[in-house]
Amino acid sequence: MSRRLALWIPLGLFVAFLVVVGFGLRRPPQTVLASRLVGKPLPEFDLPGRIDGHDGLKTADFRTGRPVLLNVFASWCVPCAIEAPQLAALKARGVTIHAIAIRDRGEDIAEFLARYGDPFARIGFDDRSRVQLALGSSGVPESFVIDGKGIIRHQHIGEIRPDQVDALVAKVEAAR
Amino acid sequence: MRAILLFLLMLFAGPAAIADSNLPPAVLANTPLPDPAQEAKAQELMASLRCLVCQNQSIADSHAEMAGDMRALVRERIQAGEDPEAIRGWLIERYGDWVSFRPPVEPATWPLWFAPLLFLGIGGLIAWRYIKRGQA
Repeated sequence: MSRRLALWIPLGLFVAFLVVVGFGLRRPPQTVLASRLVGKPLPEFDLPGRIDGHDGLKTADFRTGRPVLLNVFASWCVPCAIEAPQLAALKARGVTIHAIAIRDRGEDIAEFLARYGDPFARIGFDDRSRVQLALGSSGVPESFVIDGKGIIRHQHIGEIRPDQVDALVAKVEAAR
Repeated sequence: MRAILLFLLMLFAGPAAIADSNLPPAVLANTPLPDPAQEAKAQELMASLRCLVCQNQSIADSHAEMAGDMRALVRERIQAGEDPEAIRGWLIERYGDWVSFRPPVEPATWPLWFAPLLFLGIGGLIAWRYIKRGQA
């Protein structure tokens, strides 16, 4: 009798295999890819500025003793325009925001800021996504909370929605 | 009929288009290295690194701008004499094992690497016992 039952084991294993593969195929292939650098220091970089009134951005600019928000964005990125009012709200609540513009020209960023508002202190230009890759960022927009010693404390992936502003202010406060 | 049309639309619409920047691709994104040996090393590494913005393509196959920037990064570092596995390690440090198509050998992935050997052993044992019984 037990031998008879044992004959069914391969079929059972095969069905289990099909179930695993079936569920695997249904899972959306794109995962939200969080940076592994949260809790670690910002990588060393020194990006030029191209906009009047906004200096470029380098790692030393973050070692001021005060936490800031680092916004990775681009003028060609649609969700970046959508999150502009939320960045303005963050600035109004006292958060300093530095920006890295990915693959962007000065005139395009100037036009973007004129149209959607300008909440940024410094804006560094990253023409070949080099600093973005060094940060472990996989798209625009993304925002990082950096503490006063230059340690990455939090990563926000995608645009900041209105209901997420409070939580981000709290994250910046917590990094104080 | 409308349902079919809608289905076709959904089929071709795909995910939201990823916008492109106004900057040209980095030089080394699409230009091979002058040294063929270095280029071969770069190609091998690029084929086994996952594009971060496109779904399940390697950076060698992807037309995404970020993949181009990653190819440029790989070629530049290889040109500077860096070991391909060191570059892979640099990316894994930032993006996790997900960025590499080659899973590392570590306790969590031991079943992946060694289960086939185990199954081969079990199969061999069963076959051996079966053959021995046949002879007896």
